[in-house]
Amino acid sequence: MKEIILIKVGEIALKGLNRRSFEDVLIKNIKHRIHSLGKFSVSVAQSTIYIEPLSVDIDLDDVCERVSQVFGIVAFSRALVCEKDMDDILQKAGDYLYDDLMDAKTFKVESKRSDKRFPLKSPEISATVGGKILEQFPHLKVDVKNPEVTVTVEVRDFGAYVRCKTLRGQGGIPVGTGGNAAILISGGIDSPVAAYMMSKRGIRLTAIHFASPPYTSERAHLKVEKLLKIVSRYSGTINMYTVPFTQIQETIRDKCPQELFTIIMRRLMMQISEIIAKEHDCTALITGESLGQVASQTIHAMSCTDEATSMLVFRPLIGMDKEEIIQISRKIGTFETSIEPYEDCCTVFTPKHPRTRPVLKFVKLAEEEAKLSELIKDAVENVKLTVINP
Amino acid sequence: MSEHYLDNSATTVTCEKAAQKALSMMTSEYGNPSSLHKKGLEAELELTHAREVIANSLFVESDEVYFTSGSTESNNTVLFGVSSAKKRNGNKIVTTAIEHSSVIEACKKLEQDGFEVVYLTPDKNGVVPPSAFEEAVDSNTILVAVMAVNNEVGSVQNLERIGKIIKRKNKDAVFHVDAVQAYGKMVLKPKKWGVDTLCVSSHKVHGPKGVGALYIKKGVRVLPLLFGGEQQKKQRPGTECAPLIASFATAVEEFDITKNREHINALNEYLVSELKKLSDITINSSIDAIPYVLNISVEGIKSETMLHHLEQDEVYVSSSSACAKGKKSYVLKAMGLSDDLIDSSLRISFSKYNDKADVDAFLESLKKGMNTLAKRK
Repeated sequence: MKEIILIKVGEIALKGLNRRSFEDVLIKNIKHRIHSLGKFSVSVAQSTIYIEPLSVDIDLDDVCERVSQVFGIVAFSRALVCEKDMDDILQKAGDYLYDDLMDAKTFKVESKRSDKRFPLKSPEISATVGGKILEQFPHLKVDVKNPEVTVTVEVRDFGAYVRCKTLRGQGGIPVGTGGNAAILISGGIDSPVAAYMMSKRGIRLTAIHFASPPYTSERAHLKVEKLLKIVSRYSGTINMYTVPFTQIQETIRDKCPQELFTIIMRRLMMQISEIIAKEHDCTALITGESLGQVASQTIHAMSCTDEATSMLVFRPLIGMDKEEIIQISRKIGTFETSIEPYEDCCTVFTPKHPRTRPVLKFVKLAEEEAKLSELIKDAVENVKLTVINP
Repeated sequence: MSEHYLDNSATTVTCEKAAQKALSMMTSEYGNPSSLHKKGLEAELELTHAREVIANSLFVESDEVYFTSGSTESNNTVLFGVSSAKKRNGNKIVTTAIEHSSVIEACKKLEQDGFEVVYLTPDKNGVVPPSAFEEAVDSNTILVAVMAVNNEVGSVQNLERIGKIIKRKNKDAVFHVDAVQAYGKMVLKPKKWGVDTLCVSSHKVHGPKGVGALYIKKGVRVLPLLFGGEQQKKQRPGTECAPLIASFATAVEEFDITKNREHINALNEYLVSELKKLSDITINSSIDAIPYVLNISVEGIKSETMLHHLEQDEVYVSSSSACAKGKKSYVLKAMGLSDDLIDSSLRISFSKYNDKADVDAFLESLKKGMNTLAKRK
């Protein structure tokens, strides 16, 4: 029995004249995501994308899992390929749908005939297939209003397909249609979620991580790589830049007022990120900040941080509760890794009583006195690249 | 005289690379994987890699793989861990009459503890018909344990079909598979087959003894047998035996299912065709069994007698399962074989290191034995 995957494209169908280029990007992304599983033909017709495996040893379960992670797909299904011939359809459909029909009590058959040369009309196809199913599965009843299983028979120009289960896609729009942005990633719960959310809106990700050995360990770095690897299942390849941050943090600790440590550190992270982001064609920064979550994420603190860069900053989690963020991190699979207990650069030297209402004027004064510009230059020059693939 | 080792279902020789790996892990990357320093990280990274290798070989995620001391521990962990986690949901366990003793004996203990255990009988080929599960699994069933390939006759159970039936009859029942004799010999896809827990063992795939892996699907609750440190998410505490684990993974990286299968198929076919020329031989393994295992009976000659005769020629086979030393095979009995056939049964089991010369040595020694050994009346 030959099976294929049919994909209904989502929001991108609404993009008017741009539709073709959106579809092209989506197809490219799908191909890229599944090519390690074997050889496929991926084609598009009548706003449906067809994935056809070209060898028998390909496991369609694996393909479905990968497809379910690609942004730009609202729903998809596996379908049985039949000859455009009622006998063939009737003969194969029962076997193909065996488990789904055995589980159900009620069903209906829907038919779509886009090849008008096919001798039977849609309602006739439905009636014939439905009759045959009732014969094979006497425990079933037809329920057209609220069936447990809907069997769909599609007769298209180049073949007939039988399917019954619609699987949910990841939604969003294809990665690469929304430009590039850099995510500041620490290793906690929030930043991977923020990365995922912006990637969902079509953004291609670059990642920037600040490491402060020996205050932070090799394990902490590996943890971030692991997190990004999970995110890359959705976003595709991510270039991760690791910034050596020890000297800067030590200087801030030595030269700036203790209660301003976090805010100054975050401003520097923004400045450094801006430089790296621009070097790598990014138009925006992304952070996992959520208003009021910690001292550095109060409205006052954030207005100070925001002033440090002229770049557009996306904060997709800004209005979310921790619980909501955790929910998404569990869904995308980063939660378990995020809670591994390693020191990260944000927890090193944290002051006992950070200022929750810092005043920009004093913050900038403290920064100037610390004379950090040489150190910033140094850090940027010694950035290390790690390429993260799913 | 050279050695002809045809008892690979009992255990296999550790391959050179795996042995080297263990040595290097013992003498150079010897750190405790939980230590925070570099020496610890070094060992931890080896563990992480090993976990990935095993996970990939089973098409599952790394964090679903736990290392144990072997499949006796894995089977016990699942049987006791699932039954205590699920005792509020029901008290029925379904298994087969031809499981490994580490499943059967654990089941007997669970029966003493008040669980109801159903032992499904196989047909004459050693296969339990999937329809038997249709009848046995009900809403009271908490666990179903089925071996992938039988250790004595090599029969293969239809796990995909059985998995579907179990999940249809009771989606909360845990489906456990003992895949020790199947691992490295056929493609295992627990996720696809609806399997919740599955165990494999290192020493059957040219890795060292004393280590195995247990797959526990994310979300399936198996209470631990042991309590201690934070290792392996507390599912299996205790400092990981990094040398054995890394060595196990090296052995797994070495195996090539498709290539070996062709080689073993040829050996099996040759052996069977030669045995068919002899009059007093009965072949107990079915044609659908895995080619790695062939169970035969030599009319009138006790298994042990023949085994010791073969050993004089440095040909090593097994009487029945090595774990059941000398005891009458309950597997062959469940398949409905006569006592005479059971008493005279031999198991020949191959590995990729065997060749035609091993088969010839076995055949020659067997024929000699059949002519000279005193037959029982």
